[in-house]
Amino acid sequence: MSHSQAEVTQAEASGEFEPRIVAFLCKWCSSAGSDLAGVSRMQYPSNATPITVPCSGSVSPMYILSAFKKGADGVLVSGCHIGDCHYIEGNFLARRKIHLVKELLGFVGIEPDRFRMSWVSAAEGAKYSNVIKDFVEDLKPLGPQNKMKADRS
Amino acid sequence: MTKKRTGVFVCHCGNNIAATVDVTKVKDAMANEEGVVFSQDYVYMCSDPGQNSVIDAIKDNNLDNVVISCCSPNLHEKTFRDNAKMAGLNSFTCEIANIREQCAWVHKDKDEATAKAIKISRSAVRRAGRDQALEPIAVPVTRKALVIGGGIAGIQAALDIANAGVEVILVEKLATIGGHMLQLSETFPTLDCSQCILSPKMVEVSRHPKIKLMTYSEVQEVSGSVGNFKVKILKKPTYVDPELCKICDDCASVCPVVVPNEHDLGLTARRAIHIPFAQAIPASYTLDESACLGLNPVRCGKCKDACDVGAINYDMQPQTITEEVGAIVVATGFDLYAQEHMNEMGGGKVEDVLDGLQFERLCSASGATKGHVLRPSDRTVPKEVVFIQCVGSRDPAQHCAYCSKICCMYTAKHARLYKHHVPDGRAYVFYIDIRSGGKGYEEFVQRAMEDDGTIYLRGRVSKLYRKNGKVRVLGTDTLTGQNVEIDADMVVLALAMEPSKGTGEIAKTLKIGRDKDGFLAESHPKLKPVESVTAGIFLAGCAQAPKDIPETVAQAGAAASKVIGLLSQPTLSHAPTVARVRNSHCSGCEMCVTACPYNAIHLEHGKAVVNEVLCEGCGSCSATCLRAAIEVKNATALQIHEMIEACLA
Repeated sequence: MSHSQAEVTQAEASGEFEPRIVAFLCKWCSSAGSDLAGVSRMQYPSNATPITVPCSGSVSPMYILSAFKKGADGVLVSGCHIGDCHYIEGNFLARRKIHLVKELLGFVGIEPDRFRMSWVSAAEGAKYSNVIKDFVEDLKPLGPQNKMKADRS
Repeated sequence: MTKKRTGVFVCHCGNNIAATVDVTKVKDAMANEEGVVFSQDYVYMCSDPGQNSVIDAIKDNNLDNVVISCCSPNLHEKTFRDNAKMAGLNSFTCEIANIREQCAWVHKDKDEATAKAIKISRSAVRRAGRDQALEPIAVPVTRKALVIGGGIAGIQAALDIANAGVEVILVEKLATIGGHMLQLSETFPTLDCSQCILSPKMVEVSRHPKIKLMTYSEVQEVSGSVGNFKVKILKKPTYVDPELCKICDDCASVCPVVVPNEHDLGLTARRAIHIPFAQAIPASYTLDESACLGLNPVRCGKCKDACDVGAINYDMQPQTITEEVGAIVVATGFDLYAQEHMNEMGGGKVEDVLDGLQFERLCSASGATKGHVLRPSDRTVPKEVVFIQCVGSRDPAQHCAYCSKICCMYTAKHARLYKHHVPDGRAYVFYIDIRSGGKGYEEFVQRAMEDDGTIYLRGRVSKLYRKNGKVRVLGTDTLTGQNVEIDADMVVLALAMEPSKGTGEIAKTLKIGRDKDGFLAESHPKLKPVESVTAGIFLAGCAQAPKDIPETVAQAGAAASKVIGLLSQPTLSHAPTVARVRNSHCSGCEMCVTACPYNAIHLEHGKAVVNEVLCEGCGSCSATCLRAAIEVKNATALQIHEMIEACLA
């Protein structure tokens, strides 16, 4: 694609590995929490691109695999705190899948740590910013994810 | 790929976005996206000319859908969806790309932020390309409201709603309404008698034809959504029939059990069968089951024998009542931060160290000492009293980080009341700052200092302990730089306010959020101060944040007006972004039926069917379905996969 060269960032140009993260944020808590981080001007790395979904429970394992297949180095799913789900119990369904997804990733040869789940409420802007900072730091030693990345040339 | 024609509008937001995101570059990148036939940037997209340019561009370019790259959808999604509608599009074909809160404001490097803004915008373009035209689903409204908490906030909200002709159920967990305001002796800044201004409102509640009062009751379960909540309320047994009770006190005078009286915060005692205070509403005795010898004529039964009218019934059972309401006001109030947490202030173990509410009961004519200020240990008139502000508040290291807001004022009031009761006494106030914002408040504090001669010492107290029948207070006066030692007859602590016990449970029951300090969270700190994050649930009083009585009354009125506005609509529109079943794929496995938290899916002829009114569009079903046979409209798997691709391209 023509625009991909234009998007090579300074950090990437300087050679340091910058993980590419897809962050699925639930609309009610985590997306609102990331908005609060913005309103409070809390700085965090730009590696994670957010996709707002209705609920963390709506994130199918297929989405997570799809992200890895499309070249993500890490996938974050963030929802409301357990017990605080806007949809009563959606985040319980999400939590149930964590183990399953990690196991599956290990099975196909991807480091399970490339997938992370967090609970960030609408009041936790600082927490969201820390979640991203920590995830980026933890992904760097793992290097690029190539196992599942489809060859798109 | 879709053949639809997409338009992209990139907002500078003045410099808010443009300072860190190269807006022109985003616009140009979007123009190269497949399906995008129009791309434009503008300094303020939400301004009138900005909005008009969106409307004109849609018409001029025959756009099928639009993406606005701007601030959070919480702010302007409605604005631009309305614009789309005005231009003849379906409003659900407009998507917002949040490049401000989630991008421009959280990054400094312009190249990185621009690259991320392009990804976010591109992802929204992909999503919009597959958005379908949807029409809101009309749902009926139950014209009835529930108010939880019978303090001044709940009373005011209930009266305001009921006076608009809407039925109200007022639920209070204690045996009477009135709340903490009824414990106060006088109120600042006018020194009105608190009971005298509150009791008329309590009577009005009890006599109001539109208010159903349920005391000694608790909300147990809430289901449904805005306009149509279903509430289960547990009515605990009082063992006394309020219709028959004559409030003669014959039962209490024979009751052998003596326990501390909560209304006087333990400064007096009551019997197991009691009336909380003379003006209690409902005017009836209550038998406290936890204190009673056993609700059994064999073990005691004295009260039942003493009651001439046969109002006492030991066989009364708890009742669960189900009600349907359209809106809910939560006004569950505050508790004082416990003295036990404050070790430097004696941890609640030093005699004659009281909290603010206890001091109110000492000053009150209906209180523990019938309005004479006497210290509890030996019932003598205290000649030196130390008032300490910010006890437990403004202390992020150990206690509550926040300012409790009303303590400066009520401490000034306490000092003045004390001086009015004991003119030859001496009152000291330890303070950090005096915060007296409010009409007539600063003048009130000045009068406490000048007219009543209260000695204000700027500094904190480090320790207090009992010595020679007095309380020795060790503090510091930071203005003179000297340490201060006072042998006080009595000490009054202005303890922080915290959310009342049970606020956590009620927040969980209602699915509304709490802030970092445990207070109920408002939907927007400035523009939606009485709305909770859940539609149809509103907040009033100290459950939301510490506040004084006028503010509480104002907030309760605001919550009531929101409820009246909501319930005066003929129907409510339910978001049409609900689940849809693809019959050809559905195998009738019922996985989605189990996953749905709303029981909105059932099987008909072996295929799943969605009840669109019950469905909230959470997508739990779609994440469970193995055959991708069920998905949420405008958040379909195809859309998400394309968005993922857009984020990683």
